[in-house]
Amino acid sequence: MTRLSLELPGLSMKNPIMPASGCFGFGKEFASFYDLSLLGAIVLKSATKEPRFGNETPRVAETHSGMLNSIGLQNPGVDQIIAKELPPLKRYQVPLIANVAGKSEEEYVEVARKLSQQEQIAAIELNISCPNVKEGGIQFGTDARTAASLTRKVKDASKKPVYVKLSPNVTSITEMAQAVEAAGADGLSMINTLVGMVMDWKTRKPVLANKTGGLSGPAIKPVALRMIYEVAQCVSIPIIGMGGVTSAQDVIEFMLAGASAVAVGTANFVDPFACPTIINDLEAWLDKMKIESITELVEGSFKEWEVPLLSR
Amino acid sequence: MKKECVQIVSQREIAPAIYELVVTGQIVRYMTAPGQFLHVKVSEELEPLLRRPISICDVDQQKQTVTMLYRKEGRGTSLLSKKKPGDLLDLLGPLGSGFPTNEVASGQTALLIGGGIGVPPLYYLGKQLQQQGVSVISILGFASAADIFYEEAFRSLGEVYVSTVDGSAGTKGFVTDVLTQQLITYDGLYACGPNVMLRALQQQGVKGYISLEERMGCGIGACFACVCHVPNGASTDYVKVCSDGPVFKIGEVMI
Repeated sequence: MTRLSLELPGLSMKNPIMPASGCFGFGKEFASFYDLSLLGAIVLKSATKEPRFGNETPRVAETHSGMLNSIGLQNPGVDQIIAKELPPLKRYQVPLIANVAGKSEEEYVEVARKLSQQEQIAAIELNISCPNVKEGGIQFGTDARTAASLTRKVKDASKKPVYVKLSPNVTSITEMAQAVEAAGADGLSMINTLVGMVMDWKTRKPVLANKTGGLSGPAIKPVALRMIYEVAQCVSIPIIGMGGVTSAQDVIEFMLAGASAVAVGTANFVDPFACPTIINDLEAWLDKMKIESITELVEGSFKEWEVPLLSR
Repeated sequence: MKKECVQIVSQREIAPAIYELVVTGQIVRYMTAPGQFLHVKVSEELEPLLRRPISICDVDQQKQTVTMLYRKEGRGTSLLSKKKPGDLLDLLGPLGSGFPTNEVASGQTALLIGGGIGVPPLYYLGKQLQQQGVSVISILGFASAADIFYEEAFRSLGEVYVSTVDGSAGTKGFVTDVLTQQLITYDGLYACGPNVMLRALQQQGVKGYISLEERMGCGIGACFACVCHVPNGASTDYVKVCSDGPVFKIGEVMI
């Protein structure tokens, strides 16, 4: 055990940092910048049953302190992922989380079963919150009963722990969280992107070919913190927190809000070294906050502190 | 691929809204392939968030400098245009695959076709081809006489034809008009410019290499923002402009 290490269902992590799904491909692009074994875990890009091209371009638009994307789950399909994308990752000592998407319960179940059978895969992340596909995705993540039903079926089919990735595009995030917890989820990932739009006054049309896209980046951090803070107080399963994390200070804040681990998304696009830089800065933050293990921070904003606060 | 905070040596507006930015840093030593690009963070803050892809226009390995030309268009490039000599700039690169310079041999002729802000990467290419003993002919297209830049620089490489949309200089029309009106013989062709220009070239059935511009996120192949369909193959087949390109064989990509 080190000061940064932690244990979550299926995941033995050197540190709490993992690149978020869809922001890291299948790792190879970043492997030319640094040793992927430095990471706490890696969440792979969404897998569907068949290959998907995704939406037409433009599919990315910058916004104030953030960006919209409408990639639309482009991926080579689960069989190609297993055959081509997983083998190169074998050389790294890092737990892999496979993100699973689909149009139907059957597709989710089949993809999750296949991926969970892979020795390399430590856990499944169930993507019921992609806002950029016409069928599936978010429609499973905005109704508590539908989400619970899918979670239960994927849980039954999966050999590995299942983390359900929640959408912020709901009226009550706590209702969704409690529903999937009751259905057997081993953990939660939150939050996915917020549905938004960018307008081009010159063409008089939305910039994105898909018209709407998912907002990510620092702009959504306050929303993520609020939702994690609320959910952490009403569920007992761990939360992988994400939404606009760019620094070690952000990680500290997410853990205080209730996250047990933290995923870094859009920041990887701005700085390929975002994850190792954050990991490197974390220990100095523990010193600064006078705490021994990073796990002490989890839920620290609403639980009793055993050590004196630095300032009042 | 490297990331470094480089120092700005100079910056000047060389045509309306077209800026020439020269920076220096260790990272320049990796910039050996013409057609590659740099991903520039224009602000130290989180706003604007994403980097801006800018092509490499010229490299001086002795002085350890790289020249980038860009058009001031939106928030990011406006901020960039305000940077002064001595300021630091966070640079990622060089990224992507460049123009294959071994397609034309010494003694042969290369035709460079550039449109507007697609002109810059052809300059570094032309310089390298010239050093290889290749004769260089350039066709440069601009909106009007006032918008012309780097014409003299290209003249130092060889013959130059200019076209302007309004006819205020050179041939009236587009670079493709020059191509059909002048009987230029060449052994290799390299082009960079707006998609309409590249599409027109592709339709003329010429052979060669084109450099594409696409809206990008990460610039390293991770975000899937800049994907393009490919003509022959499954509907799910694609190339990424940032990492498979930006240079492609004519006909290899649907534009």
